[in-house]
Amino acid sequence: MVLALSATAIVIVALLWEVAMPQIQEAYERHKARRARVARWDESLGPYDPGRERRAEQRARQLLRSCVNEEEWAMYRDLGFVRVWGKLADGPVQGGSDETDAGAPYAYLIYPHKPVVAYLPQTRALLNEYCVTFPDETRPYGSARLPDSDDVLAKWMALTGDERNLVSSANMHLPGRQVDPRQVRRDLWRLQMWERERTTRERRREGTGSLPAP
Amino acid sequence: MKFLRMKPGHGEVLLAEGDVEVASDEELLVEAFREQLEQGMWAAVPLTSRDGRREAQMVKSFEEVPRDADRVIFFPRAAGGR
Repeated sequence: MVLALSATAIVIVALLWEVAMPQIQEAYERHKARRARVARWDESLGPYDPGRERRAEQRARQLLRSCVNEEEWAMYRDLGFVRVWGKLADGPVQGGSDETDAGAPYAYLIYPHKPVVAYLPQTRALLNEYCVTFPDETRPYGSARLPDSDDVLAKWMALTGDERNLVSSANMHLPGRQVDPRQVRRDLWRLQMWERERTTRERRREGTGSLPAP
Repeated sequence: MKFLRMKPGHGEVLLAEGDVEVASDEELLVEAFREQLEQGMWAAVPLTSRDGRREAQMVKSFEEVPRDADRVIFFPRAAGGR
């Protein structure tokens, strides 16, 4: 009895560890980055204002919202990333796959301050990670890092405006180098559920919620 | 037309604003555009297509900016990340 309970407890702890570890790690990294930012603060820039980043992010969110379409904005607000469909006939310049060469539709997931992930929506196969940053070397407040939503908007503009150029500016890696493929697959599943729910809601609103007869 | 620039720790900043049909305003906008490009910025114009799709147009000179655009957004040039 005790042995069975112990084994169960070990399995539960192992599973929880597996699920919680990425979040714990991310929270720790954020905490470390925040502490480092305060420690590096240059007094010539005036007193450190912890609310500045928050206000900057609020402004950036408003700008992002005014540029992307309603669906993309809702996606970012609800899920934390934006999907952009690829437009190159033969897939991304670097990488890609036989499917993209054959003209299969592909898309990108844009995360704030993480690589852009290219994937095939039909199979959810991950193609590549495109590591790209937009560092502002003037560092107006001591940091070259744009607010999260500005980073997303910069990627969105560069991808929708000149996909080939952005992809060639980025460093291409195989999936999993920086963004956990399990997380991406989970996000793709969340996206699917989100779209399904959204479609159902819209149909209901339009009064066409009934299912077709078999 | 408004020129906006993304800034770390701030969000967007209004750089310049003017009517492209007014010569003095246009001159000011051309100068502001050149200045941003010299600082290594990329410029994009957010657009809405006829079917309602949103996208951006990357522009490399003031002449490429559609005359009816209401804003141009400047942001740091992309660099390959780690």
